[in-house]
Amino acid sequence: MSDNFFVAVSGQPNCGKSTMFNALTGSTARVGNYPGITVDRTEGYYTNDGVSVHLVDLPGTYSLTSYSMEEVVARNVIVDEKPDVVINMLDATSLERSLYLAVQFMEIGVPVVLGLNMMDEVKKKGIRIDAQKLSKLIGVPVIECVARRGIGKDELMAAVQQVADKTKGKWTPVNISYGHDLDPAIDEMSALIKENEFMTDRYDPHWLAVKYLEEDEIVIKNGRESGPLYGQLEAIVKRVSEHVNKTLNTYPEAILADYRYGFINSILKQGVISREDNLRFDSSDKIDKVLTHKFMGPLIMFGVMYAMFYITFTFGAYPQGWVENGFGWISSTIGSLLPDGLLKSMLVSGVIDGVGAVMGFTPLILIMFAMLVFLEDLGYMARVAYMVDRVFRMFGLHGMSIMPFIMAGGLPGGCAVPGVMTCRTLRSPKERIATILTAPFMICGAKATAYIMLVGAFYPESATSVMFFLVLISWGLALCVGRLLRWTALKGESTPFVMELPPYRIPTLHGVAIHTWDRVWQYIKKAGTVILAISILMWALMTFPQLPPERVQAYDAQRTAVTAQSQNWDGSGEQKTTKLDEMISRINYSEGEEALKTSYAGRMSDFISPVTNLAGFPWQANISFIGAFAAKEVFVSTMSTAYSLGDEDPDNAATLSSKIAADPAWSPAVVWSVFIFMMVYVPCMVTVAVIIRETNWKWGLFSVFGSLGFGYALSVLIYQFGTLLGY
Amino acid sequence: MSVSLRSMAKDQKGVVVSVNVRGELGRRIRDMGLIPGTEFRIVGRAPLKDPVALRMKGFTITLRNNEADFITVKVEE
Repeated sequence: MSDNFFVAVSGQPNCGKSTMFNALTGSTARVGNYPGITVDRTEGYYTNDGVSVHLVDLPGTYSLTSYSMEEVVARNVIVDEKPDVVINMLDATSLERSLYLAVQFMEIGVPVVLGLNMMDEVKKKGIRIDAQKLSKLIGVPVIECVARRGIGKDELMAAVQQVADKTKGKWTPVNISYGHDLDPAIDEMSALIKENEFMTDRYDPHWLAVKYLEEDEIVIKNGRESGPLYGQLEAIVKRVSEHVNKTLNTYPEAILADYRYGFINSILKQGVISREDNLRFDSSDKIDKVLTHKFMGPLIMFGVMYAMFYITFTFGAYPQGWVENGFGWISSTIGSLLPDGLLKSMLVSGVIDGVGAVMGFTPLILIMFAMLVFLEDLGYMARVAYMVDRVFRMFGLHGMSIMPFIMAGGLPGGCAVPGVMTCRTLRSPKERIATILTAPFMICGAKATAYIMLVGAFYPESATSVMFFLVLISWGLALCVGRLLRWTALKGESTPFVMELPPYRIPTLHGVAIHTWDRVWQYIKKAGTVILAISILMWALMTFPQLPPERVQAYDAQRTAVTAQSQNWDGSGEQKTTKLDEMISRINYSEGEEALKTSYAGRMSDFISPVTNLAGFPWQANISFIGAFAAKEVFVSTMSTAYSLGDEDPDNAATLSSKIAADPAWSPAVVWSVFIFMMVYVPCMVTVAVIIRETNWKWGLFSVFGSLGFGYALSVLIYQFGTLLGY
Repeated sequence: MSVSLRSMAKDQKGVVVSVNVRGELGRRIRDMGLIPGTEFRIVGRAPLKDPVALRMKGFTITLRNNEADFITVKVEE
């Protein structure tokens, strides 16, 4: 037997599985994704005494059915990758339910080692578990563990090696009796399956028969593609199902579950476990009395969210500044080394500034994820979902959807990038995608600067209330569009809320650090590459085609002329220089404006103006919206360029505001049309990259074009009705 | 007397009589260990009275009221 095994680590959620996985693999753990889906695939190595074991961490599941992505993944790894051994971690404080998964592994036939985790808590609760007896009765090694302190990890691996040596890759499925109604049907079906070699290359016949009775969607679907036997099998299932429905008023799948639990109970009752009244209070219940209290609960929740938000954006601003300064330094260094020209322009404006803008978010994501992972591991996130589920359900979303909304700018100043990434805490695909698509409507920090500029221009008297109103609109739009999506593109039943409220447990620093870093690293890697491509594209759109040489010469001539004239101006030398600078920068801006209008972006703006005219956008806003796809901050800087202010500082919103306020093109109808379009039209490219990464290209494109269409429709309505009403 | 789980009040104890739903919801409920014969206690309701939280077999689970409708229970006096 070689010393290199392939071992899968599995367990129910909150059983300490990942903690044990981290203890076993140390710093070798690496996260990837299962192809095409967002379930994390963590892998690592355990080495000790010349033994090297390749471990894969299966997603936490309560069972091995085919409803959730996690369950399907866990099952497919077992069936397709055939690990030598599965380590099944159990939460010993709820042994009966924990063994439910173990029994299902044993039914598939994969060799199992049980890790009885949280033995310290069990002892504290006065519960006694006889691990040896359990091991004897169930027929697999049982190791007592305390994963948080790494206790039991070497014993686990020793047991793994023993089991692997003994089984030598041979699987022996355990057949549980499912009673006189189901057993004959199972026997009949497995005989047929064996005879016809129906999917036997992948599955054990008995297990396959059981899955048919459970009406497992994936097995039934694969069966239909595998051969004619499926008709016979489905007929048997139908017959049995009708029979038990008539005689027992139940379903085969319920009987299967009952017998599995019966099997578990018959083992536990043979002196494996003795405990006190298990419905008694424990400390988690006491904490919940406060944290989920009718009035206190929501208050504390808002407090926690506000604190997270505050910490992320206040403390994150410093490292974000360092990263941005770092990129600024690189940018200026390269700028001074390279001669002026297209290469320099592309490297500086396209590559470094584009990628730098993305990397600037890394500290925010790191801080936010660290806190989020902490709260999740602590068990608080489940309580938040529990408290707000009722409200969010009305809009077709899930209780867990609240965090992404807050992070994306539900309190203005957030950012859709971490917001969308927070959606990973949502387990149900439809509600998750609905949340991912609507969270970018929130007023993120970049949009906030544009709003501050515009609100300052048009509503200087009541800026605060208008801002507040805009925030309310963003929530309303996000929730209503969520509702709309769940009625249309993401139609379907809401996912069951049957969810565990795990006991509060202080997470390990190591676990939080690993999880946080993995997510941040994925962000840097994947978002970084997409961003690089898009920012070069945006740069090209705004640079090409360049001004014809005679125009450039004309501007050069103007500058030379002004410089020459300045000799003859009145006033002191200092006054002359100031005036000259002013004139030159005015010429520069004219050149910039003309270049912008000549570029593809400018032509696009011209080209689309017949369409955008329906929504009343001034041409400056038009072109700014195109640029703002790269990053919403660009809206303000492009507006400032477009308004040709002799002001070098695009952050100086006040001057820009007064200039815009003076422009008669901005009627109230136009203002609100632009406001709403800005809120909805497309997520910035970083967000789109993250949406693609978290879902797929299809949803990324839907997000871009869906929001664009929706925002446009709203703006046209506002502008047309507004104008009609005389605003 | 058997009633729907929805109608139970906070701190009441009960035993599951039957789970009358199949498909994903039925399976989730059963996977959690909420099967006939399970003893539990209602530990609380969310601020808007829904979902409801139950304590059983050493852990706490939550479900929505319209999901609790499918679970018939015998209330312990």
